[in-house]
Amino acid sequence: MSLERKLRVLIAKPGLDGHDRGAKIVARKYRDAGFEVIYIGLHQTPEQIVNAAIQEDVDLVGLSCLSGAHMYLFTEVVKQLREKGAIDITVIGGGIIPREDIPRLKEVGIKEVFLPGTPLEEIIKWTKENVKPLR
Amino acid sequence: MFSDKTLNQAHQGMKKWLEEVKKVTNDLQEGKRFSTISNLDIEPIYTPENIKDLDFAANIGYPGAYPFTRGCQTTGYRGRIWTFRMFSGFGSASDTNKRWHQLLKEGETGLSTAFDFPTLMGYDSDSPKAIAECGKCGVAIDTLADFEVLTKNIPLDEVTTSMTINPPASILWAMYLVAAEKQGVSWDKVGGTIQNDMLKEFIAQKTFMCPPEPSVRLISDTIEFGTKHVPGWNTISISGYHIREAGSTAVQELAFTLADGIAYVQDVIDRKKLDVDVFAPRLSFFFNSHIDFFEEIAKLRAARRMWAKIMRDRFKAKNPRTWWMRFHTQTAGCSLTAHQPFNNIIRTATEALAAVLGGTQSLHTNSLDEVLALPSDFAVNIALRTQQILAEETGVINTIDPLAGSYFVEALTNEIEEKAWEYIEKIDKMGGMLAAIDKGFPQTEIANAAYNFQQQIDRGEKVMVGANKYVTDEETPIELLKVNEKVEAEQIHRLKEIKRARDNRKVTQTLDNLRVACKSDKNVMPYVIEAVKEYVTEQEICDVYRQVFGEYRDPGFY
Repeated sequence: MSLERKLRVLIAKPGLDGHDRGAKIVARKYRDAGFEVIYIGLHQTPEQIVNAAIQEDVDLVGLSCLSGAHMYLFTEVVKQLREKGAIDITVIGGGIIPREDIPRLKEVGIKEVFLPGTPLEEIIKWTKENVKPLR
Repeated sequence: MFSDKTLNQAHQGMKKWLEEVKKVTNDLQEGKRFSTISNLDIEPIYTPENIKDLDFAANIGYPGAYPFTRGCQTTGYRGRIWTFRMFSGFGSASDTNKRWHQLLKEGETGLSTAFDFPTLMGYDSDSPKAIAECGKCGVAIDTLADFEVLTKNIPLDEVTTSMTINPPASILWAMYLVAAEKQGVSWDKVGGTIQNDMLKEFIAQKTFMCPPEPSVRLISDTIEFGTKHVPGWNTISISGYHIREAGSTAVQELAFTLADGIAYVQDVIDRKKLDVDVFAPRLSFFFNSHIDFFEEIAKLRAARRMWAKIMRDRFKAKNPRTWWMRFHTQTAGCSLTAHQPFNNIIRTATEALAAVLGGTQSLHTNSLDEVLALPSDFAVNIALRTQQILAEETGVINTIDPLAGSYFVEALTNEIEEKAWEYIEKIDKMGGMLAAIDKGFPQTEIANAAYNFQQQIDRGEKVMVGANKYVTDEETPIELLKVNEKVEAEQIHRLKEIKRARDNRKVTQTLDNLRVACKSDKNVMPYVIEAVKEYVTEQEICDVYRQVFGEYRDPGFY
């Protein structure tokens, strides 16, 4: 029997975009799938997200952005996590993200991007396979 | 509506039909559910029995007469076609002005403004919050100067304009009024709409700034000002569109919208002591037209009938004009797919048809690339032509409310109305919409409905062609609109220049005056107008609102 603790996931929307239908659904799916979910919601600055992620001791940060500002905002989150020494926290993203932006996002440290139409189970499966509790 | 003989025949016929059904039903059909996208179960067939209590005069009637099930306009589309009003905006004011002229040239008959996120949220383009957001989802407007560029060569006495703007609605409206004045157009000649519906922001769209109570005060100020000074303006567009986009059912969309309307009407009566017949005729509404064809038509017919009852019976409005519900409709963004985007043309067309058969006054049709980006020229043209083809070729405008009397549509209209009343009663018992929002009621209902729908999609119970059925592995990418990267820098530069050139003493003065007005119960509009004339920025005014009224934080129900 595994003594691994439950994976802790932080779901946040950086920037001004308020379209939170997807973020809420993903948060709920993680919760139903047995993860610990910290949903900090809308209008978060990268700094607020990073502080919360470290304070809450999460393993995974999920970012949602539909306003087209993802390149800047997602990059900032990864950058600030690293600056604060939290290099092991996995960061994933979703929203309205052009396919052609995905390679660049991965280069800056976004581990995976989930586009519109992704079945929720796929996100959970990916998480179980790619993210382990950090402690 | 039906004689006993007819009802009896229908009843006997139904028994016979059900026996035949048993004979031909195979195992595949057993247990298969036929329901709307909002999970209303639909009968295999409808007969006079389904609407036996319906009274033609009292429940259906005639267009332009209570209860307005068949429409508010006496002559329907034969008298006046719905307005082709395409929601648009991106980049700078001059980019958007160009797109507006293009759309007018291609035959749209009303303007509709999409603002970028900083503008929607009350931040200027040079705010740190605007980094990477400037001009991406709509047009960037910081001051009156931008607004003058936006409306360049647009005759504001001939064209009506809708503006999708909520916390800063007073400010953008002030800019419009001043821009009109500068064109030599008096306020009694301008027409348009500001969305200005904060309750649905807390519930669904989430472009909020100040808490609910002061937000509603600002709305009542704008309604009062419009009533007195801008008679042709719809000072609010009470919206269900965003509630539906957030994942609600059709019934919830309808109920929450009407409950919001009730809250606004009550506030104007209580706060401003205005007679309902004086201000309510200029209230307008905004609904979604989703993919389930008949559900949407029924919902829109029920909406008109319900609002008429609310105005006449609940608020005791005496003027029949006050009982009218006029609305704009937008086809459902959330019904469209990122996969196989050309399929979206069909979705938008059927949704547009539903809106027309539901009697909308004004319509926006989404472009095929809606899920991927702002509309390209190519895509927006098709969306506009969709409306024009419906109006000119299909014959659906030839008669008013053509589906009236359909056993199915009338039964569904009744059912949706009944279920919506249940929600309204529930909200009334909670103390009204503001109390319900505080408790998290509509937000939780929507989150539950959205999650439930996603599960149905993931289980294959509900289909989105191209996304979870008939999927193609290889997709040809389409050309998408790209917002000019230089917009942000150019806007910041422009703003710097304006701040340098304006009379900054007047800026301070007008903001101080506004602050005082906000703290009193004076109507803020005249003070906003004075500030806007001095090229005070949108954020400078919003900062006053934030200082005086406080800021709202999303409670994060999921």
